[in-house]
Parts: sequence; structure tokens; C-alpha cells
Amino acid sequence: MIGTARAILRKDLTIELRTKESVPAMTLFTVVVFVLFHFGLDRDALDGDLASGVLWVTLLLAAVIGVSRLFATEREQGGLDGLLLAPVDRTALWLAKAAAMFLYLTALELVAVPTFALLLLAPDLLPALPLLVVTLLLANVGLAAIGALVSALAVETRARELIVPLLLLPLVVPLLIAAASVTAPLLRGSQDPEDLGRWLGLLSLYDVVFVLIALAVFDFLLDD
Amino acid sequence: MAAIELERVERRYGDRIALAGVTVRIQGGETLAVLGANGAGKTTLLRLLATLLRPHGGTARVLGSELPDGAWKVRGRIGYLGHDPLLYRELTARENLRYQAGLHGVDTERIGERLAAVGLERRADEPVRDLSKGMVQRLAVARATLHDPDLLLLDEPRANLDPAAAEALEPLIGRASGKTRVLVTHDVEGGLEEADVALGLRGGRQVFCRPAAEVEIATARELYA
Repeated sequence: MIGTARAILRKDLTIELRTKESVPAMTLFTVVVFVLFHFGLDRDALDGDLASGVLWVTLLLAAVIGVSRLFATEREQGGLDGLLLAPVDRTALWLAKAAAMFLYLTALELVAVPTFALLLLAPDLLPALPLLVVTLLLANVGLAAIGALVSALAVETRARELIVPLLLLPLVVPLLIAAASVTAPLLRGSQDPEDLGRWLGLLSLYDVVFVLIALAVFDFLLDD
Repeated sequence: MAAIELERVERRYGDRIALAGVTVRIQGGETLAVLGANGAGKTTLLRLLATLLRPHGGTARVLGSELPDGAWKVRGRIGYLGHDPLLYRELTARENLRYQAGLHGVDTERIGERLAAVGLERRADEPVRDLSKGMVQRLAVARATLHDPDLLLLDEPRANLDPAAAEALEPLIGRASGKTRVLVTHDVEGGLEEADVALGLRGGRQVFCRPAAEVEIATARELYA
């Protein structure tokens, strides 16, 4: 399964590098939303809960763009049929798509977080960076796992542009709560936030649960 | 053992019947020509045999495995050439075949052989979007036959091919391949000439299924009236 997933991931990354359809769109969307918040809130700097909320909601909405495009080449160029005709474990497709989504989100955040700090954040970001990176990576795992599942579910439907946000956003509410709760004190300048372990534990649990759900059901999603 | 055995197979899309009462039996190495007008159920039949669709009634046995439960056993033994070439436009011809080789566990050395067999070795490193329709069809043939399948499911395989290209592909998808073939075609005379058994469909229902030599061209043409 790993070899098949690696072949699919290599193909997806090659196509993304050539078409530049997902990551640049997600990044541009994020930067535009930060600029809109900058002017819309009429504040030069945010901190704490508000900063955390703005950061995470923007990242989640950008993720919707990536999830909507995740199976686009398979749908538009018949790649899904090609894969279903091969004698491979279909869960490899989920694994590859989730890995691609994880990499897209990580690439997005390499631009989005410094832009956020520059445009909107009051406290210095550097002291909070190590814990913020851990939180982002844990959230990325969960988003990638559920995103690949939702994208596969929507791929054969006519209203997929509607179905992806309608399914994805409610499912990521626990992830948003946990990630924002870890991040809020960090963006207030606190180096030792309360309940850190509890929220990071919840994020990790969310990741494990959705990875297991995806492994259990993905094969059936692709069945006729 | 028969390569394909269908007994009163049915397939629906919602309430609409796409196939009903289709009964076919062909032996290994034989060719089945599927004839019928647009919407007759030809592509549905091909996708069902390819294990991409489940039968909703009757029994379907392909290469000795009953569908849909035994589908996983036969997937690697089927070469499917449908309407879509199943190629990624942004990847080169070689990259597309390398990807397919990875999925089917095929030695990458065969990629060069297949590219040469379809006459694309000089265009192998160009993106598929830059190739002509005929070249894309040749590459699709290379993709469908890369893993040396036992059963070829071919939907208008010579579409977009000039006569020379069509002749060059004969060893891969023609009778000369020695494979069991299901050939969907609108070329009635050519299809009957090439086939051992002919299946006529109209509105998803079987009109005839008998040795191709016993089917009159006029009878086959009535399917399109």
C-alpha cells in the first residue's frame, strides 16, 4: 500500500508543481482575507482569542479550497477509473491524498503565518513559534485526514463545491476549538498556557479517530 | 472455462434500466463485438465487465471470477480502453506509463518497449496535452496493455487513428494479440468481420447474441434504425 500511495503522491505533487492550482490559490485567499481583516476590524494589531480565531478560521476556509481541488485531476481526467482498474488497495489513494493535503497545508502556513504576524499580530511571534508549529502540524494531520475523506465523498456528486464545505466545516469544529484554545494564550504572549496538554491531547485524539475512520471506510466510498 | 459468462445481467441507473437480460458466453481468445446505437448500453456493459460497475441482477463471471465479489482477483488482468484515455494531461507520456506501471507492479523496462510499440518514443517526454488526438489514443493503448492483460475491453479503439497507426497497433489490441477481446464499435461490417460472437443491444435489451458469421449485416444495421 505504501508503494502505491507513494506513486500517487508523486504524481499529484508533479501535477501541482506544473499547474500551480491548489497551493497558490489557498495562499492568495489567505493573504487576501488577512488584508480584509486588517481593514475590516480597523485595528492595527490583534492578540489572544481574536487573533487565534482569525488565524484558524482563515486557515480552515483556505483548506476548503484545497480539499475541493484534491480529486479534481482524478475527476476531470479519468484518473479515478484508472486507479479503480488497478489491483491495488484503494486505501492507498486516501493515504496519498491526505499526504498531499498535509503538504499543501504546510506550504500554505509557511507563507500565511508570517503574513498574519506582519499584518495583524500584536505580540512577538518568535517565542510562541515552537508550540504554534506543533499545533499547526497536529491540526494539519486531522484536516488532511478528514479532507481526503470528504473530497472522495464529494467527487462523484454534482454539487461538490457545496458539499465539501457543508461536510468539512462541521466536522472540523472540534479541531478548530482545540487548535484555537492552544493558540490563543500563545498569541497573548503567554509562554506556559493553561490546559495546554488537554487541548493538544484532544487534537491528537481527533487525528487518530479520523485516520482510523478513513482507513475503515475509504474502500467503501469508492465502490459503485 | 469461458472467459466471460453473463446470465440475464441487469444494470440500472436509478429507475432507468441501462442493461437487462444480457446473456453472453465467450471462450478465451475469442472476440465479442458489441453493436448498438448511442444509449444502447454498450459502455455500461464494458464498465460492468471492467468491474467499475456492479451488476444489479443476473450473474456475471469474468476470467473465472464472479462479480462483484471476485472483482479484486481480475482487476490486474483486464485492459480497459474506454472513451476517456485515462491519462493525465500535465504528465508526459513516459510519466503516465511510469505511474501505471507503479499501480500494476510492472517492470519499468516495459515502458520503453510499449512507447516504441505505439510509435511514441520520440514524443515520450512531452506532456500529453501537447499530443494530437491520435497520439493520445496510441498512448491510451500503451496504458491499457502495459500490464499484458488477459482480457481487453475496447470501446472504439481505432477512433482518431490513421490507417497506418491502426495497423501498427494490431499486435497490441487486434486479433493478432491473441487476447480475449470485447469490442464496442459502430463499424458494423468491421466489427462482425473481426468478431467470433456478436451481441446486439437496443435500449439496454439484448436483441441478438450469436456467432458473428451468422449475423446478417442488414440485421445488425437495424439496431441503428
